[in-house]
Amino acid sequence: MSLTDKQIERYSRHIILEQVGGTGQEKLLASKVLIIGAGGLGAPAGLYLAAAGVGTIGIVDGDNVDLSNLQRQIIHHTADVGAEKIRSAEAKMLAINPETRVKTYKQWAKADNIREIIRDYDFVIDGTDNFAAKFLVNDACFFEKVPFSHAGILRFDGQLITVLPGETTCYRCVFDGPPPANAVASCSQAGVLGVLAGVIGSLQATEAIKYLLGLGDLLTGTLLTYNALSMDFRKVCLNRNPQCPLCGENPKITELRDEEQVVCDLDNCEC
Amino acid sequence: MNLVVNGRNTDITDTLTISELLTKEDVKMPQMVSVELNGQILKRSEFETTKLKGDDKVEFLYYMGGGTCL
Repeated sequence: MSLTDKQIERYSRHIILEQVGGTGQEKLLASKVLIIGAGGLGAPAGLYLAAAGVGTIGIVDGDNVDLSNLQRQIIHHTADVGAEKIRSAEAKMLAINPETRVKTYKQWAKADNIREIIRDYDFVIDGTDNFAAKFLVNDACFFEKVPFSHAGILRFDGQLITVLPGETTCYRCVFDGPPPANAVASCSQAGVLGVLAGVIGSLQATEAIKYLLGLGDLLTGTLLTYNALSMDFRKVCLNRNPQCPLCGENPKITELRDEEQVVCDLDNCEC
Repeated sequence: MNLVVNGRNTDITDTLTISELLTKEDVKMPQMVSVELNGQILKRSEFETTKLKGDDKVEFLYYMGGGTCL
């Protein structure tokens, strides 16, 4: 593949970087990234990856755009309220970069569909909003050996870690399963500073591009935490856990399953 | 003795367990926290029994959902 004149102009600020160059840009154009969840995290990730020239971007979401999403899910605009999130996201990515091949999956990620979707991709961005889905993405990526970026945001805090399944610390190395019901504060109950999604989702896109280009140090074995009030970024070194139920020495999880969705009952919530 | 809790130096006088440290640090929902002690993730059942020593490095790691936020 050789770059056209238009591509050389469009991606000139990448190509001029010694560590990227024309070869790196061609790599991006030949790469495939899957974004699970077209929400707060998936929005900036999708826009930047399309702009960067990632050739194929898959987007999984079963939801429609709600007015309350717009405070942070910047891939969706006011006119999109009521529309399918995958269509709204696809339109914005194509508007930024019509060369992008966008594949849409109008469904919720479940144990019976996720593996066959992710196995076609080079890297996965977890932009899901609930613990059942986060464990599902972690486990599915482990079984399919697809690297991914995990992230979470709440109130003024965000965190992310990159996982090379079977090689580096996974989500279950740290948290062996979903937290107990009624202890979980979701964004809708606890709130979230909108721009936090932009910070953390953009960092996830950064990790995807670094992985695809083989550049720099990935956030593997390292949780990056961020607090918007103190403006503290911290790297927490996390070793692999030999007792991890998924990737440890005696794994208990040997096939993909759906974790029970932990729903916070507002009347009994401790949060 | 000195402990490093989430990167901050913390002075404690008594020998505390992980559970007691969670209380002292005012962690409101300990069930939402995973604890790493000197680079190793502890089992939840070890919180009550694990006693801290001087210069231990403790990380409280929080479950964080969010993302698409229903």
